[in-house]
Amino acid sequence: MAKGVKPRVKVPKTAAAGDTVTVKTLISHKMESGQRHGDDGALIPRSIINRFTADFNGQNIIDVALETSISTNPYFEFEAVVPEAGEFQFTWYDDDGSVYEAKKKIAIA
Amino acid sequence: MISRRDFLQVGMAASAMLGASGFGNWARLAAQQSLTQDDLFQFETFGNVSLIHVTDIHAQLKPIYFREPSVNIGVGSNKGAVPHLTGGNFRKLYGIADGGPSHYALSSGDFAALAKGYGRVGGLDRIATAINAIRADRPDAILLDGGDTWHGSYTCYHTQGQDMVNVMNALKPDAMTFHWEFTLGSERVNEIVEGLPFAALGQNIFDAEWDEPAELFPPYKFFERGGSKIAVIGQAFPYMPIANPGWMFPEFSFGIRDENMQAMVDEVRAAGADCVVVLSHNGFDVDKKMASVVSGIDVILSGHTHDALPEPVVVGQTIVVASGSNGKFVSRVDLDVRDGRMMGYRHKLIPIFSDVIAPDPEVAAVIEAERAPHEVAMREVIGQTDGTLYRRGNFNGSWDDLICDALLSEREAEIALSPGVRWGPSLIPGQDITREDIWNVTSMTYGEAYRTEMTGETLMAVLEDVADNIFNPDPYYQQGGDMVRTGGLSYRIDINQPQGARISDLTLLRTGEKVDPSKSYSVAGWASVNEGTEGPQIWDVVEAHIRKLGTVSVSENNNVDIVGA
Amino acid sequence: MTFSRRQVLAISGGAIAFAGLPAVPAFASLAEDAISEFTGGTAPGAGDLSISAPEIAENGNSVPIEFDAPGAVAVAIFADGNPTPKVGAFTFGPLSGSRFASTRIRLATTQNVIAIAQMEDGSFQRAEANVKVTIGGCGG
Repeated sequence: MAKGVKPRVKVPKTAAAGDTVTVKTLISHKMESGQRHGDDGALIPRSIINRFTADFNGQNIIDVALETSISTNPYFEFEAVVPEAGEFQFTWYDDDGSVYEAKKKIAIA
Repeated sequence: MISRRDFLQVGMAASAMLGASGFGNWARLAAQQSLTQDDLFQFETFGNVSLIHVTDIHAQLKPIYFREPSVNIGVGSNKGAVPHLTGGNFRKLYGIADGGPSHYALSSGDFAALAKGYGRVGGLDRIATAINAIRADRPDAILLDGGDTWHGSYTCYHTQGQDMVNVMNALKPDAMTFHWEFTLGSERVNEIVEGLPFAALGQNIFDAEWDEPAELFPPYKFFERGGSKIAVIGQAFPYMPIANPGWMFPEFSFGIRDENMQAMVDEVRAAGADCVVVLSHNGFDVDKKMASVVSGIDVILSGHTHDALPEPVVVGQTIVVASGSNGKFVSRVDLDVRDGRMMGYRHKLIPIFSDVIAPDPEVAAVIEAERAPHEVAMREVIGQTDGTLYRRGNFNGSWDDLICDALLSEREAEIALSPGVRWGPSLIPGQDITREDIWNVTSMTYGEAYRTEMTGETLMAVLEDVADNIFNPDPYYQQGGDMVRTGGLSYRIDINQPQGARISDLTLLRTGEKVDPSKSYSVAGWASVNEGTEGPQIWDVVEAHIRKLGTVSVSENNNVDIVGA
Repeated sequence: MTFSRRQVLAISGGAIAFAGLPAVPAFASLAEDAISEFTGGTAPGAGDLSISAPEIAENGNSVPIEFDAPGAVAVAIFADGNPTPKVGAFTFGPLSGSRFASTRIRLATTQNVIAIAQMEDGSFQRAEANVKVTIGGCGG
């Protein structure tokens, strides 16, 4: 597992049923492109987050395939419909097989 | 419009006495005696609101000389438009008499002779007197500082901006926006801003991580004045992480963000603003474009590009005011705000003639207290100059030539590069060059003078890149600096070509040979925006060079062949 | 002075983080190939798809971009001046609140960022934004 990988997410704590809310996610990850050379001249192997998904109560919001041109610490902002109270689930998939998750609850106001 | 007459009466009075073509006797100018503080401040109070604008002071606490540019090329729709007129063309446009105080203050030409007659300009204690005079007319005048305040001097560097913070606080500003302040590093900026007794504004200062408005810098502030609600929106320098080292303030993101500016204008209008003022560090051409893109702004107080204009430029329903730099000017803008809109204005650009305006004793005392611990070091005389040392202009000024010579000689390089910044006061022929003078044109938090190897191809790309930051016809691509200054090189530049095609005939002066794209050259420079740059500080390099020279001889620089201006 | 006059210094990553050559994107044909792969060869048209990016990147390593693609089921992003032009592909699920998204991307040089939207009816739309990546420095 890559070291120091930490997901962070911003979603509102409450919404009205059926509201569209803005979601922002960040994960600390170096996103090594596989195109850089180290001090010894050798190519540094590729190591990136290659997929990110966001779901709410088991239903998908967005599914992103990431390539090497996504910046260090991948950031996404998008909008989600909140049909009822429940939980957002965010999942990041690392080249090395690691899977990182974050969850956020939202209440209906 | 009354503003032109208001300003020019100063020039007219003096030139009438001298005769309109009174060249030749500048050294014995009686103009200085004839010019009074009351003349400079004279203003028929107008409307119900007064704005006072200062900007780009660059930590110049004391009176200085400041030569305006003789080369300031406009491109695209700004070709031939102010502020891209200089010298005699500028005077002709505004009806300014040759040799009068307005000539000296606002335009280039006969600078050294006029400087001897009219003396120094600026000084924050004189600015204080001007502000007090305006406040005597209108006690609740709104004082707005356009930024580039906490940068540019020996004391500012050594106190990390505290000297300027203390002196500016004594002037009691109402709001401020920012540029070079951020080169103190975000930790220091946060520390100062948290303690500021006035608003630190920037609608375009965002938290880089979450792309949200930075909490420390509100977008705007409301002022209730003369029965009206005035909204002042801040606009910090948009290209901070590009033009300056972004690694010093990685938490922040900037940009023009004109869509957000429109949203803020709409928001303050919806909240009852009768008048919308933007305190901007965009640069003049960028502000003109923004005024045409964003609707609902009444006044833009423009900073960054250091232009001084005797009357506002009107873009649609917006007036754009340019108030100069280095403490040389104060703008007063009176507004008649009624029925939810700006009905009229009266404006005056007040030149701060240091020998005419009495220093405010309280502020003078604050300045002296800030300077006292450093006086001995600052006053040390390093050498003399036999000509005018200045910087301002699109291409090399004589200060830049001196700095480039210092880099070539002290760092034994073939080529020198020096940043095209617009700050830095002038020295006139015969003046001593003190340590303070050197710091005034070099001090910054990333002053390391590097020495490196660059291929001809890289050099060319550097020149092309910087040229496009100045001469791109779209103002939103202009970062507001001048061309990178070069030593040991000559080249030709065709202003009107696109990036990649402007620069040609790159020649190494040492050998007279054309620069070979594939060959490597030793290059010395300073003010790299890259983290980890190493080398001696530029002010030490320049000081060592001047000490060896004793007296600096200024000669004309013909190494840049400009086409298409 | 205390420094050696000929001292050559280490500047991290070279004297200038050199990313600023404009001119014709070197990898444009690679980008077109990658786009064809996404569209299955269908030529994209114009539509409501929009992409926005800064005129000048503050940092070529992290350039904010956003797109809005009303009616799209998926949007792929390409950078025609990068050695590997594919940037990412966004597929929208049943609970997506819009067809808007924002991310941050690496741009090696001044180039076009291209969005291709796959619409519900199987057609494709294209929009692009030019981003200038500059060497920087010299700000007045």
